[in-house]
Amino acid sequence: MSNLLSINDLTLDQALGILRTAAELEKLTEGGAKKLPTLRGFTIVNLFYEDSTRTRISFESAAKRLSADVINFSAKGSSVSKGESLKDTAQTLQAMGADAVIIRHGSSGAAARLASSGWIKASVINAGDGTHEHPTQALLDAFTIAKRFNLLNNEGQIFVGLKVAIVGDILHSRVARSNALLLTKLGAEVTMIAPPTLMPVGVAAWGVSSDYSLDNRLAEYDVVMMLRIQSERMTDSYFPTEREYARRYGLNSERLGKMKESAILLHPGPMNRGLEISAESADAENSMVLEQVSNGVLVRMAVLYTLLGGPTMVDEVVKA
Amino acid sequence: MKSIVISDVKLSDGSSVSIGMRDGVITEIGAQISSDYDETILGTGLTALPGFVDLHTHLREPGKEDAETVLTGSQSAVAGGFTAVSAMANTNPVADTAGVVEQVFRLGKEAGLCEVFPIGAVSKGLMGEQLAELGAMATSAAAVRIFSDDGKCISDPLLMRRALEYVKSFNGLIAQHAQDPRLTVNAQMNEGEISSTLGLAGWPAVAEESIIARDILLADHVQSRLHICHVSTAGSVEIIRWAKSRGISVTAEVTPHHLLLTEDLITGYDPIYKVNPPLRSQRDVEALRTGLADGTIDIVATDHAPHPREDKDCEWAAAAFGMTGLETAFSVVFTAMVKSGLMSMERLVEVMSTAPARIAGYIGQGSLAIGSPAHITLVDLASDYPVNARSHLSKSSNSPFNGLVLSGRVRDTLFHGVAVLRNGTLTGERFA
Ligand SMILES: [Zn+2]
Repeated sequence: MSNLLSINDLTLDQALGILRTAAELEKLTEGGAKKLPTLRGFTIVNLFYEDSTRTRISFESAAKRLSADVINFSAKGSSVSKGESLKDTAQTLQAMGADAVIIRHGSSGAAARLASSGWIKASVINAGDGTHEHPTQALLDAFTIAKRFNLLNNEGQIFVGLKVAIVGDILHSRVARSNALLLTKLGAEVTMIAPPTLMPVGVAAWGVSSDYSLDNRLAEYDVVMMLRIQSERMTDSYFPTEREYARRYGLNSERLGKMKESAILLHPGPMNRGLEISAESADAENSMVLEQVSNGVLVRMAVLYTLLGGPTMVDEVVKA
Repeated sequence: MKSIVISDVKLSDGSSVSIGMRDGVITEIGAQISSDYDETILGTGLTALPGFVDLHTHLREPGKEDAETVLTGSQSAVAGGFTAVSAMANTNPVADTAGVVEQVFRLGKEAGLCEVFPIGAVSKGLMGEQLAELGAMATSAAAVRIFSDDGKCISDPLLMRRALEYVKSFNGLIAQHAQDPRLTVNAQMNEGEISSTLGLAGWPAVAEESIIARDILLADHVQSRLHICHVSTAGSVEIIRWAKSRGISVTAEVTPHHLLLTEDLITGYDPIYKVNPPLRSQRDVEALRTGLADGTIDIVATDHAPHPREDKDCEWAAAAFGMTGLETAFSVVFTAMVKSGLMSMERLVEVMSTAPARIAGYIGQGSLAIGSPAHITLVDLASDYPVNARSHLSKSSNSPFNGLVLSGRVRDTLFHGVAVLRNGTLTGERFA
């Protein structure tokens, strides 16, 4: 494995390998306090065509904790925004000796194009491409779930028996796509919940079920993942008003009270408090939002480790 | 002008003949013909067909000469066995005045390799608001008969009605690019499971079918002729079949790529497969093949859409829509339709030559009859070969068929009795 473009690039064992590596890295770095020398001398480029400070910082911290050199190549204010093509930028990064390129791009498939067009030899990691995928977000969500329910030491499909709801703008969500693929790969029973306008055509092909109502089976889910809803969806007539959306699909305190006691709440952030999630829900005890952030760094370390270090290195860490 | 005989050649019905031509006109066809010709083209192993006629060609001149010119497009056309092409109006400036269509017409004459018939825009600047000067284009030296805003749909039903009515006075034809713009905002590929998985905005079949249904009803209401460009869905075939059963005056075209390729090719995000209307499902491909074989779809048209390399060498959403098609059209149609047993060679001649010539009123095209201009294509039906887009004569090489092994190859093209293509190579000769 040299790239991470889609969850489909991972076998079950590879996905578990990354999650277990993340757990080991957590121990080795004493929860992130210590740096590891593993990727000293490696150059890792953050190529961000979309503003996403959170994701960029998460990758940057991950790379630095592994002692890699990090170059931030933001599209804003650079030659990229002046019409330089992805190809030209890729070739520049190649000339700079990048070992890995972490790309965030507004176009679905941009990471795949970067990896498969022969423009660049570096490993490519998809940090979100259009409305396609965001594989490291799904890995960090899976890691958060696995830790919380203490499932990491199980064998094979570690999430068998777990019921997960993913709620919101499924149609435009790369987080939803990657999570659907990864969580079902790990054995979870996943339900997509959205108004029909925001449910993709043929969603059943993802191996998930779907529901237009959040209330139907709310008490059954072990994990409820709320997606960010963008207000421009309203102007495009996907739903009538923010108020109606919040009423029908928002996780308010009343719905929070109907969830299983052991259930957890995930949100990839940034949250629209009062829209898809109420302030009480966001700050509730079973909200894992902050854990998601810290787990994000660990999982991204594990991904860099796996892609750049190779399998033997990972085995060593896992055994350590 | 040299007199030429093509000896020992087969016709589409399989019979062996020789074809003689003098002064650019076919003078003799038969098993035994006279022998005093200046030049003999040995036709052994080859099949002679009337030159192909394309009703949908983007030649890009004026405005996008880095992608194609009328000259390079003509060269590409004859390499594909075409002796007539129809230059779409979405150039820059738009072909919406007599001046622009006459310029394109004149460039075609200067190239002298095949006939270049300009298509006029329906609306001024392709803006879909006001009619362009259709009458002026019809009476110009270019004698335009087909009008199209191709690239854009005439979505305003009132403008469409007026256009259909207006062209009746000079027997014009409106060719509609059927795509409801509101149902295809930002659309990138066929809407379905694959678009959902790839996260690409969907181009639903209904956006094509709803416009076709509306325009068929309008054409019936005003008793005018309608031509549907690049039909791409099974539902469209059904609607057109219904219209024809009611005797409504509608004709339809299908592109070679929609007869052979499906949306499954898009999973790697290679923009070489980005085209409008998009590649559809296998079920659609099968319906289109059936429709072409049974006469619901009248003709094949290439929608040859050349683009410079940088417009495809990028991420999917940034890439241009369109594929080159002139030089692969015959091989694709032969492979998909004739070799597969779905239709005969006679039907291939009908859909690639006779019917388009008849629909557009291109006199002298689409016929091997004695007295017709000698527009003849010689093809080798026994040849299987890998497509090499780099060897194409088009200025652009955005062919989705590159590397595919196809059957049936164009060898020679004669235009007004001038051999402009011999053994797959331009001779340098032209008709003046
Ligand atoms: Zn078109």
